[in-house]
Amino acid sequence: MAELVYDNTGRLLFTKEMKEEYTLLVPQMLPMHFAMLVRIMQTEGYKVEMLNTTGKSILDYGQKYVHNDACFPAILVIGQLIDAVKSGKYDPHKVALVITQTGGGCRASNYIHMLRKALEKADLAYVPVISVNLSGLEHNPGFKLSLGFIRKAVFAVFYGDIIMNTANQVRPYEVNPGDTDRAIETCMDFLLSGMNEGKGMTHKSMIANFERIIEVFKAVPVAGEQKVRVGVVGEIYVKYSPLGNNNLEHFLLSEGAEPVVPGLADFVIFKIYNRDVDVDIYGGKWIKQAVCRIFAGYVKKKQRAMIDTLKRDGRFRAPGDFDDLHGYIKGYLGDGNKMGEGWLLTAEMLELINTGVPNIVCTQPFGCLPNHIVGKGMIRKLKDDYPWSNVVAIDYDPGATKINQENRIKLMLANARALAKTHEEAPAAGACADGREPQTV
Amino acid sequence: MSLRIGIDIGSTTVKVVVLDEDNKLLFRSYERHYSKARERACETLNSIKELLSGKDVKLVITGSAGLGVAKAGGIDFVQEVYATAAAVTQYYPDTDAVIELGGEDAKIIFFGGALEERMNGSCAGGTGAFIDQMATLMNVSVNELDALSLNHEKIYPIASRCGVFAKSDIQPILNQGGRKEDVAASIFQAVVDQTVAGLTQGRELKGKIVFLGGPLHFLMGLRARFVETLHLDGEHAVFPEDGDCFAGIGAALCAADYADHPFDDLLRKLEESVDAANTVDTMPPLFTDEADYAAFLTRHDANHPPEADIHTYAGDAYLGIDAGSTTTKVALIAPDGGLLYTYYHSNQGNPVAIVLEQLKEIYRLCGGRVTIRGSAVTGYGEELIKNAFSCDLGLVETVAHFNAAAHFNPDVDFIIDIGGQDMKCFKIRNGAVDSIMLNEACSSGCGSFIETFAKALGYTIADFAKIGLFAPHPVNLGSRCTVFMNSSVKQAQKDGAGVEDISAGLSISIVKNAVYKVIRAASADDLGRHIVVQGGTFHNDAVLRAFEQELGRNVTRPTIAGLMGAFGAALAARDLHLEKSALLSEKALHGFTHSAKPVTCGLCTNHCSLTVNQFDGGRKFISGNRCSRPLGKEKVELPDLMNYKYKKLRALEGRGSGSGVRGRMGIPFGLNMYENLPFWFEFFTRLNFEVVLSPESTRKLYIKGQHTIPSDTVCYPAKLLHGHVEALVEQGVDAIWYPCMSYNNDEGIGDNHFNCPVVAYYPELLAANMPVLKQTRYLDPYVGLWRRKDFEKRIARMMEEEFSIPKKETAAAVRAAYDAYDAYLADIRATGKQYVEYARANNMPILVVCGRPYHIDPEINHGINDLITSFGFVLVTEDALSHLEGYESRKVLNQWTFQSRMYNAARYVCTQSDMQVVQLVSFGCGTDAITTDELRSILEEGGKLYTQLKIDDINNLGAVRIRIRSLMAAIDARKR
Repeated sequence: MAELVYDNTGRLLFTKEMKEEYTLLVPQMLPMHFAMLVRIMQTEGYKVEMLNTTGKSILDYGQKYVHNDACFPAILVIGQLIDAVKSGKYDPHKVALVITQTGGGCRASNYIHMLRKALEKADLAYVPVISVNLSGLEHNPGFKLSLGFIRKAVFAVFYGDIIMNTANQVRPYEVNPGDTDRAIETCMDFLLSGMNEGKGMTHKSMIANFERIIEVFKAVPVAGEQKVRVGVVGEIYVKYSPLGNNNLEHFLLSEGAEPVVPGLADFVIFKIYNRDVDVDIYGGKWIKQAVCRIFAGYVKKKQRAMIDTLKRDGRFRAPGDFDDLHGYIKGYLGDGNKMGEGWLLTAEMLELINTGVPNIVCTQPFGCLPNHIVGKGMIRKLKDDYPWSNVVAIDYDPGATKINQENRIKLMLANARALAKTHEEAPAAGACADGREPQTV
Repeated sequence: MSLRIGIDIGSTTVKVVVLDEDNKLLFRSYERHYSKARERACETLNSIKELLSGKDVKLVITGSAGLGVAKAGGIDFVQEVYATAAAVTQYYPDTDAVIELGGEDAKIIFFGGALEERMNGSCAGGTGAFIDQMATLMNVSVNELDALSLNHEKIYPIASRCGVFAKSDIQPILNQGGRKEDVAASIFQAVVDQTVAGLTQGRELKGKIVFLGGPLHFLMGLRARFVETLHLDGEHAVFPEDGDCFAGIGAALCAADYADHPFDDLLRKLEESVDAANTVDTMPPLFTDEADYAAFLTRHDANHPPEADIHTYAGDAYLGIDAGSTTTKVALIAPDGGLLYTYYHSNQGNPVAIVLEQLKEIYRLCGGRVTIRGSAVTGYGEELIKNAFSCDLGLVETVAHFNAAAHFNPDVDFIIDIGGQDMKCFKIRNGAVDSIMLNEACSSGCGSFIETFAKALGYTIADFAKIGLFAPHPVNLGSRCTVFMNSSVKQAQKDGAGVEDISAGLSISIVKNAVYKVIRAASADDLGRHIVVQGGTFHNDAVLRAFEQELGRNVTRPTIAGLMGAFGAALAARDLHLEKSALLSEKALHGFTHSAKPVTCGLCTNHCSLTVNQFDGGRKFISGNRCSRPLGKEKVELPDLMNYKYKKLRALEGRGSGSGVRGRMGIPFGLNMYENLPFWFEFFTRLNFEVVLSPESTRKLYIKGQHTIPSDTVCYPAKLLHGHVEALVEQGVDAIWYPCMSYNNDEGIGDNHFNCPVVAYYPELLAANMPVLKQTRYLDPYVGLWRRKDFEKRIARMMEEEFSIPKKETAAAVRAAYDAYDAYLADIRATGKQYVEYARANNMPILVVCGRPYHIDPEINHGINDLITSFGFVLVTEDALSHLEGYESRKVLNQWTFQSRMYNAARYVCTQSDMQVVQLVSFGCGTDAITTDELRSILEEGGKLYTQLKIDDINNLGAVRIRIRSLMAAIDARKR
């Protein structure tokens, strides 16, 4: 059995030996993206599993071991990990936990420390915790993000984004229930088996894969009129994780809406861009800025390729690229607003409103600090500038009941339908008379 | 067209409306459903069967609890706000806004342009259920409360965020003899403030406003508060005749868009759905059978005090009084602790009258045989009762409870007391009270909460508790504050949970609240091995059982669990070993009179709400004060670094060393400006600006900006900024300077040096939400002060662009500004050192207040510093000590400058025998969810006590007093 080794600050390390023996457990956030990342990690020689667990015990463990005033995502992520360790499915002495760390001024950078405190309280202090971050925090001898892995991860982000994007546009209209999910499976299978063979990792083959994915979803038989589109933005965990948002996508579908969920790529570029722009705002080394720009340029090129492929085909709504989003933010927030989702969250709302999706659910954990500013804090101004915008802010936390959340979303939907009706009847009247007619895409 | 039926199923009531072809109201009803919403609706429909049977009708359900019913029955549903808007548009087409209060919902709908609506989110209390709860608290019916409010003379500030806070504000007012009329009106005012503050979110309420919903329909006092607050006249305040069932009317109107169905089919669907299977989240039962319960009772009933009988006893006796928040408890004991007399009753808002009556009774029973040799009083009403009846000793609740617990279990190491309104738990370490946890945050799921629920469901509290004991499937209601629990109950009711399961679920929730929310324990071992439970709520066997189940271990519940405070006080009176008690004699009681009058103290800016109690013989007792000045004594001025810093910063306005020719630069006096102002003042005055500070924070200033606050859960210090900026605009400044700062100064003691997201970006939130900023030049650029050279370059460019100031001039100003800031820090440190030396020279204890720089704002801390020094402490702040320790890695990511200072100050305190720490925490502060645990562990590992003081927009210093006095008692005990 692997020996427990600590660094000089007393942090338990994940050793090379552990890499052989231990199973890495990853909490679920973006089901598709993470599933793919996990498969990539497996090809890198790690034993790794993404947790798909649900149920009350996750919340119970979270509340038991995490400070109750901590944010909801921390409670769920840590609850899910501890629940898994205690489930009996794994040998607790042969698992390590993986958690992402963004390293910004938000509380979220402290999740890993909360997880360690929780493990200590739960008598599981011998379970190593691995931080996955791009800030160079916490090294582990047995866990390295190789350049090859990072490259694959970037590809996975885009494959995840395009699948999420196209699937969301097909699922509400599928004739045979389950077709969309089967299409997702098909795509994942060929992407992953391709990756295993080292295929799909060049720019050219990536575009070919994008095209193939589009074809798979185009083949899904659909019917019915255009449904009300509803954008989903928010704090990154509750925005994407069904566990965090009470299965919001599912609820929107059941209410006859089409969810529009902006992808993960922008968040990745955003976090790189923050470092770049910090140098402009505060000063710093040009080399740091140059490296950031190269990396951002690399990711942006992939993003443009994805968007161009979608546009070329024309069947599906293509999202704006990072620079489009950035362009919207002027007059709302400064480039320096970077904690949490920062200006990107507001930019996503603006992009949605400007591209025919004025109905938006803005999700946030109860008391989320950055969202006071960039979420709830911007809705007033959005309404001033775009009177037809219809944004509802929903708080998620262990005590918030689903019925309250659903009721508020229903209200937004009722308003959306009424707005759509007024819009049809009197396209130039009232609210939209200021010349900023919403575009329909 | 066929008849249209609208059914509005709310959290507590069902409204049924029938409209004919001409929108004429054929039928309307408004009935409480006592958690049987579907049944109630069916009954009502059955009662009007004659009208509808055999016809095709359109039926639509609406309401917060209607969604589930509609789904289960396959009946059409419209969202209730939408329905309400439909009705308003029909009957009052020129409406500008609707304010609708329901059982648990509060809504504002804005008309004009696109329809905009606001509902209370997951944190909001001021609604019908809240008013019910408050009425229960005051022991009046809701209608009596209403009548009382109409005769008010003054309004007390009562927390408008959440019912829990309001309760803890009201209680001290009542206990200190405030008038019921005034409290009643204040409760309604709190509802109004809650609605206006929480829901307008940047949009002003003006024009013609329609008021809807049950509470606004029935309560004239509430109407009056709204009309007055919003400055409405008769024409602009509309109270429709059917305002209590408007959503129902709206649903009926909306029904026009839906298909016809035979009425009898619809009724059948609704009736059948009543029996639909539920999917409630449930837990194991409390007791499996009667035998289980009997064994449990036997075990607990063994913990009782010695037997004694007042009718035969002769000798010495000691009196203890616990003037609690909702109840008054009295215990008269013999020297061995034997109980001669006990009393436990709701204080009905007037503890003085109750105690008077009890003392008379005790004297009567004592006859000539028993001599009272000592008397002590504890609890919220301690000071009042002590002064009224001349008791020998007043002691803090925690110490009283510890005395009592130790009597039953000398090894006790953990005490939890759940009373009517409050929950107290604390550890006993080395024979002293330690680590006090009170439920002042958001979870007083205490006794009165169950009681209110019991009443709402039509039960007495005793019966309600009893039916829960053997409930087969207790409902899981979560473990957060009562407002959340209300909606959890609503959901459980919707899903068809029975009353017994809800009762058991509530008991379990209260326990979970205590364990996970207040104590935050991970396991039973975290609490202790010898746990004594007390307080009236633990007389409820369901709660006690749930507690033992949750901890997985047996605890001690004395038979006098509800009397422990009084019992402990009596023991303390005994231990005074007095020859003679000063307690008013039997004779003196006959001439006893008491009257109370509210006054606002005008001796300083704190403007304390005082209550002046007059007793017979010219005796007087003033409460609500923070210092001794209103008592006619000179204010004792002990060294107080918070006060020192505040005065120093406030003086930073005007032209300084410059000429002021470049104009008047406004700086809002809030958040990080409490740290950075010395820098900016020097910077701008050097550039020949006149610096204009916004006025000192007051509640009035807060209210001025309240309508532009977009997020009602952000901290109070941030909310205050809206008022500051409004005031600056009013002062007619030429520009306002309030830069965004992701990063603060790097003092080299943390892993990073961020500001929290709210401090960092609040300037941008103000720009987006405050219409007045369109009139004034508002500068909120991103700056970083920690890279001095880079900053100089960037700000020079900015000043050139904005004000055409030559770069050289700016550069010089920057250097002077850094010097000024450094000098400010050095001065704080030197002054702190001087205060510490003063304390040591005079042998006084030192209290280090750890918080944020802006916690020195008297409107934010409500004069806590005065209170602290009035107890004889010398006060210094974290920033005066943090430089005395270097960097050390922490178990958390130590990435915020202000927070890093607290860790370092705490580490330093651990090395000093005469220092203790109190931490100030603003409600809603997200970063303190991290710092509190870390600070506690630093201090406890260093052998120090940890005391946390939570503060919000309301100044209730009751909890602060308990903590500081307990801290003092613990310091004393440690000395011994």
